[in-house]
Amino acid sequence: MTFDHILIRFGEITVKGRNRSRFEAEMLKQVKHALRSFPGLTYIRTFGRLYIALGNEPYEPVAERLKDVFGISSFSPVKRVEPELGAIREGALAVMRSFPQREATFKVKASRRWKGFPHDTMSLNHLVAAHVLRNMPHIKVDVHNPDIELNVEVQEHHAYVYCEVIPGAGGFPYGSNGKAVALLSGGIDSPVAVWYAMRKGLEVEAIHFHSYPFTSKEAQDKVVTLAKRLSHYAGSPFKLHLVPFTDIQTRLAQTGQEHLIITLMRRSMLRIAQKIAERVRALAVVTGDSLGQVASQTLSSLNVIGRTCELPLLRPLISMDKLEIIAMAKRIGTYETSILPYEDCCTLFVPKSPATNPNLRVVERIERGIPELDEMIAKAVEDTETLELTPDEPVPAGSSAADRDDWF
Amino acid sequence: MLYFDHSASSPPKEEVIRTVSEVMAQIYANPSSLHRSGAEARKLLERAREQAARLFGTEPSEWRFTSGGTESNNLAIFGAARRYRNRGRHLIVSAVEHPSVAEPFRALEREGFRVTVLPVGPTGHVNPADVEAALTDETILVSVMHVNNEVGSVQPIEAIGRLLRDRPRTLFHVDGVQSVGKLPVPIREWGVDLFTISAHKFGGPRGAGWLYVRGGVELEPILYGGGQESGLRSGTENVPAIVGAAKALRLAIESQPVRAERMGRLRRRLVEGVVRLPGVVLSGPEEDDPNRPMAPHIVHFCCPGLKPEVIVHSLEELGVLVSTKSACSSKDDKPSAVLTAMGRDAACASSGIRISLGDEHDEASIDALLERLETVLRRLMPLRRKEERH
Repeated sequence: MTFDHILIRFGEITVKGRNRSRFEAEMLKQVKHALRSFPGLTYIRTFGRLYIALGNEPYEPVAERLKDVFGISSFSPVKRVEPELGAIREGALAVMRSFPQREATFKVKASRRWKGFPHDTMSLNHLVAAHVLRNMPHIKVDVHNPDIELNVEVQEHHAYVYCEVIPGAGGFPYGSNGKAVALLSGGIDSPVAVWYAMRKGLEVEAIHFHSYPFTSKEAQDKVVTLAKRLSHYAGSPFKLHLVPFTDIQTRLAQTGQEHLIITLMRRSMLRIAQKIAERVRALAVVTGDSLGQVASQTLSSLNVIGRTCELPLLRPLISMDKLEIIAMAKRIGTYETSILPYEDCCTLFVPKSPATNPNLRVVERIERGIPELDEMIAKAVEDTETLELTPDEPVPAGSSAADRDDWF
Repeated sequence: MLYFDHSASSPPKEEVIRTVSEVMAQIYANPSSLHRSGAEARKLLERAREQAARLFGTEPSEWRFTSGGTESNNLAIFGAARRYRNRGRHLIVSAVEHPSVAEPFRALEREGFRVTVLPVGPTGHVNPADVEAALTDETILVSVMHVNNEVGSVQPIEAIGRLLRDRPRTLFHVDGVQSVGKLPVPIREWGVDLFTISAHKFGGPRGAGWLYVRGGVELEPILYGGGQESGLRSGTENVPAIVGAAKALRLAIESQPVRAERMGRLRRRLVEGVVRLPGVVLSGPEEDDPNRPMAPHIVHFCCPGLKPEVIVHSLEELGVLVSTKSACSSKDDKPSAVLTAMGRDAACASSGIRISLGDEHDEASIDALLERLETVLRRLMPLRRKEERH
């Protein structure tokens, strides 16, 4: 293995002025947590950056895991050498030799952070490049459009050589921007919306509405699987609130307003979500709405539905195309679960022609016609069941015989 | 009683019996039923599938539950040949396969396929060069077992896999019934397309097995009905046996390196003793030979001039159970096809004794076996039929 360290660059958090040190400490904590299954790693925190010494741990799986940690803008596998010319040259050569292709162009990009180093950036570029060219005759220099950019960074105690920069997940450390609740259906969009909210540093608690027996146990298991996947990104136990929605749903269905049923359901859901948000001290509600995608996501529907909620409604997917959302769902590993064919409570009562332009006054009048609605909403909140999920944890104990580990 | 017939069937592990009986008592719903109990049964099946996939570094979607080795072999061979018959009509199979492989090839020959039977050397090993020579543009399937069930030869699966790597139109089936849990089985690295496993050979229940079907490979079913197992194996799934089999598989594979080491040691002790016995011809090299590897759990020898069932029954009287040929064909009197293919004469090929080891054996059980073998053989030697009278 040519590389012995990983250099981690933080993204947006470095712009945060006074708070930087707090963010960096939080970042270090989250990186350590994400990599806790690699005990051989050691962590070196320096100005705005983090180095991980690989020790005897393999690079690839560590890198795979790092790609999912929010707050990292990019990282590089690096080779650490003594800050003196001979060692830097040998290190540079070793890095270049780790590339399989025989014919390639390169340029050296040196930076001298330690001003006590005897060679300035320009001459270091030449000295390193000349050494590589002498030893690798098939390699050529191309300063404008090189295949390989060989970076040399000289600091007081060490120099680092690397050439790969791998993009990280970006965003803020998880939870560093406060807490929100999110509506999580079993579909493709909502897990992606949650992921984007989490990436922005929001701690998220998910809310799922189930309508047993109109929805199946599988539909709920599917949401648990999605939440477990999201907990992988959270790096801490992820809360999933399961709200019994059957009574409200059947009551709304009895109003005879078939084309408005989705509007009415979504309004009740938001009311419940807001109450849960208050309970858990969350300051926003995240939804997977994408403008115009379905009847309940026309601007007019978003207006009528959104009016029930006083908290900020965050809609990370609002301007995204469906194909972009699907691509993202695949990237974050929720797509395969999302497309399992179990009905959720929204698909179940979908009328043939749902309203795309609901009238707020009509909707409010229908709701006034259900005097017990507030009570039902309070009861649904009351009867909500909360699960705490981690990526590897099986579905909560007792819920299924299939969790009997001792049978396997 | 000393049981030395593990290759015929192995005693089920305690934990496996508990799993099977608990699942049998508690999870009786049909996995295809919609209600919660059905969903629970279905989940157990999927967990069992994931377990198999994980143990072999493969995908859950690549595993099919079957009733065991015979069904998996039949499904692999008939399924592949009939599905891809429009690509070509030529099949290749080794001369020393288990009847559940050899017979389907004979049946396919009657259906109009051309079958090349690969010869084996005196220790029962296939030569990869023979596979290479037999391949044609028409070849759609090559089937070679990993460990021979009768004499224990380990076939050069890796080398054959390499030959087939650049031939996507030729599928590679490996009968792994005797090798799982005894030898490393890197099916992905080998490039195996179809791999047969039977649970009761490693402490699992009878009537449960797997066929690994590499992603992208399609098979024509041999059983039609409710479309279980992605349409490849209709019939209500045997949930208790499948879950028990998954457990046995895990136990077998996790302890494989330790087992191989231990059994290899016992086998060497046994071979050293067997070659000193009167009138015995060992089927395989006397010393470990990397070019002719033998499985760590099988020792086979012939006693020319003696009827093997007489030896089996005499040993049984002394509390030792061994086998003639393979259990599946041990009742007929004909010379073993495997030993005949290895070039043995009729006297030798019809007097084979197989000893197969299990986890309960140790040095003392090997010594006890050798001592009783010697007693039996010394008693029977004078009654031996002379070659010329045969």
